[in-house]
Amino acid sequence: MIRINPRITEKLAFAFLFFSTLLILVPVFLILVLIFKDGLPALSWEFLASYPRLGMRAGGIFPALLGTVYLAAGTLVFSLPIGILGAIYLSEYAKDHGFKRVVEVAIINLAGVPSVVYGLFGLGLFVIFLKFGASLLAGSLTLGIMSLPVIITSTREALGTVPKSFREVSLALGATKWQTIRRAVLPNALPGILTGTILALSRAAGETAPILFTVAAFYLPKLPQSIFDQAMALPYHLYVISTQVPNVKLSIQYGTALVLILLVLAMNIVAIVIRARFRKRKLW
Amino acid sequence: MNPKISVKNLHLHYGDFHALKGVSIEIRPCRVTAIIGPSGCGKSTFLRCLNRMNDTIEGVKTEGLITIDGEEILHTGADLIRLRKKVGMVFQRPNPFPLSIFENVAFGPKLHGVSGPKKGGRAPSLEEIVEKSLRAVNLWDELKDLLKDSALRLSLEQQQRLCIARLLAVNPEVLLMDEPCSALDPVATLRIEELIHEMKKDYTIVIVTHNMQQAARISGETAYFYLGELIEFGRTDRIFTSPEKKETEDYITGRFG
Repeated sequence: MIRINPRITEKLAFAFLFFSTLLILVPVFLILVLIFKDGLPALSWEFLASYPRLGMRAGGIFPALLGTVYLAAGTLVFSLPIGILGAIYLSEYAKDHGFKRVVEVAIINLAGVPSVVYGLFGLGLFVIFLKFGASLLAGSLTLGIMSLPVIITSTREALGTVPKSFREVSLALGATKWQTIRRAVLPNALPGILTGTILALSRAAGETAPILFTVAAFYLPKLPQSIFDQAMALPYHLYVISTQVPNVKLSIQYGTALVLILLVLAMNIVAIVIRARFRKRKLW
Repeated sequence: MNPKISVKNLHLHYGDFHALKGVSIEIRPCRVTAIIGPSGCGKSTFLRCLNRMNDTIEGVKTEGLITIDGEEILHTGADLIRLRKKVGMVFQRPNPFPLSIFENVAFGPKLHGVSGPKKGGRAPSLEEIVEKSLRAVNLWDELKDLLKDSALRLSLEQQQRLCIARLLAVNPEVLLMDEPCSALDPVATLRIEELIHEMKKDYTIVIVTHNMQQAARISGETAYFYLGELIEFGRTDRIFTSPEKKETEDYITGRFG
C-alpha cells in the first residue's frame, strides 16, 4: 500500500467533489440554453394569445396555455383544502399509533406512484366509472390526488416549525385546540404551506401522463366552456407537435417548451420569494 | 382564611416515571408562594398540574385532588377553558407571538370574545383592556406609541412583561410563574420581582424558581420539593432561618442542588 501525501489526497478530493457539483449544473445550463436559443425567436404576444393554425404548424398556443392554467387552478381547488386539513389532523390531533401510521404509509406510497399510473387511475375512476368523461374536472382531480402528498408533507413540516411555546401560551390563555391552531399556529405556518403548495402546482402544471387519458385534447377549435369539457394543455401539446404532427417548425416546438419552462420557473420563483421574505421576518 | 388552592395527595406518572409522589399543599390567596428544589424534582410538573397543562403531554396520568376556590379541577369533565382563564401561566422564556404589541395583549380577550368585568353596564373595549393590562406591568408609558410595532423587537425584560400583560388581559385570579426570570439579567430580574411584589395584592401567585435568594425576597411561603415529594412547606422566613427537615437545610445552605 502506497501512502499518498495527505496534501495531495485533499486536493484530489476537492477536485472530484467540485467537479461532481459542476456536473449537476451542466444539464440545467444546457436545457436552458437550447430551449432559449431555439424558442426565444418564436416568443411573442401573438404566439401566446392566438390559436394554432394550419394543423398546428403555425399560429400560437393560447388554448393550451389557458388549459394548463385551468388545470393548475383545478388542482389547487381539490388538493389544497384536503391536503391542509388532513395535515392539520395528522400533525395536531392524531394520536401516535394505528390509524396515523396507516395514513402516513399511504401518503408515502401515494408519493411513489408513477405519474402514468395516476393517469390510468383517473381514467378508470373519474372518466369512466364516475362518468365525468375526459374533462377538466377529471384532469384536475387526478392532478389533485397526485399533488396531495407534497402538500400534506410540506404543510406538516411548516406546522412542525411553529414553536411549541406558541401552542402552550395559547392553550394556557384558555384557547381551545382549534382556536390555538387557527390563531397561533396556522398564521405562522402559512408561508411554508404556500411554498410547498406552489411547488406542487408547478409540478402538476408540467405533468403529461396524468392528463393524457383524463383531459388533454389533441386539438380543439374552441376553448372549454365548462369543467366537463376537454381542454388542450401545454405539456401534451408539446408532445403532439413534437412527435405526432409532421413538419412543425422547430421554433414553434421550442417556443412551446420555453413557455412551459417559464411558467414553472415563475411559480418556483414566487415560492422562493415567499420563503425568503418569511425567513427574514422570522425572529424566534 | 380559606386556601385559594388546595392539593391533596397528588400523584403524577409520566409513563413509568413517578414524577409527583403524594403532594399535599394549601396555597393562600393574594400571597406569593415559592416552589424551590433541585432540577428534576417536579417543581414545574407540579405547577403545570394547577392549570392542567400536563394534559397536552401524552402519557401523563394524574391522581389526587386539586380544588381551586373549592372547585375540583382534575376530573375529566372540568371546564379547562374557564380553568385556564382563571389560572394563568408565565413561562420560562419570554414567548410573545410574532405579532404587534397590541395584538399580543389582545390575543386572549379576542379568544374569549372580549368579555371583561362590566363597569356601569358597559364592557371595556379591547383598547381599554390592552391599556389597563400594559399599565399593570408598567409598560404603557414606554410603549403606548409603539403598539403597532412587532413584539419581537422588545428587550427580553419588556417581552416578559408583555407576556404577563397578555395574561392579565383575560382577568386571571391565579398566576403560575415557571422561572419567569431565568432568561433575564440581574437588573431585569429585580424589576420583574418588584412587579410580582406589586401584583400580589390582586393575584394569588405561585412561582417556581431555581434562585433561592429570589424565593426569599419575594415569597410569603416556600415549598421545598425533592424527587417528586414535598419535603417542607411553611413561611418563607422560617424555612430559610430554621428549616425543620435536614434535606431542606442542606439545600438552602447550598450543600447540594
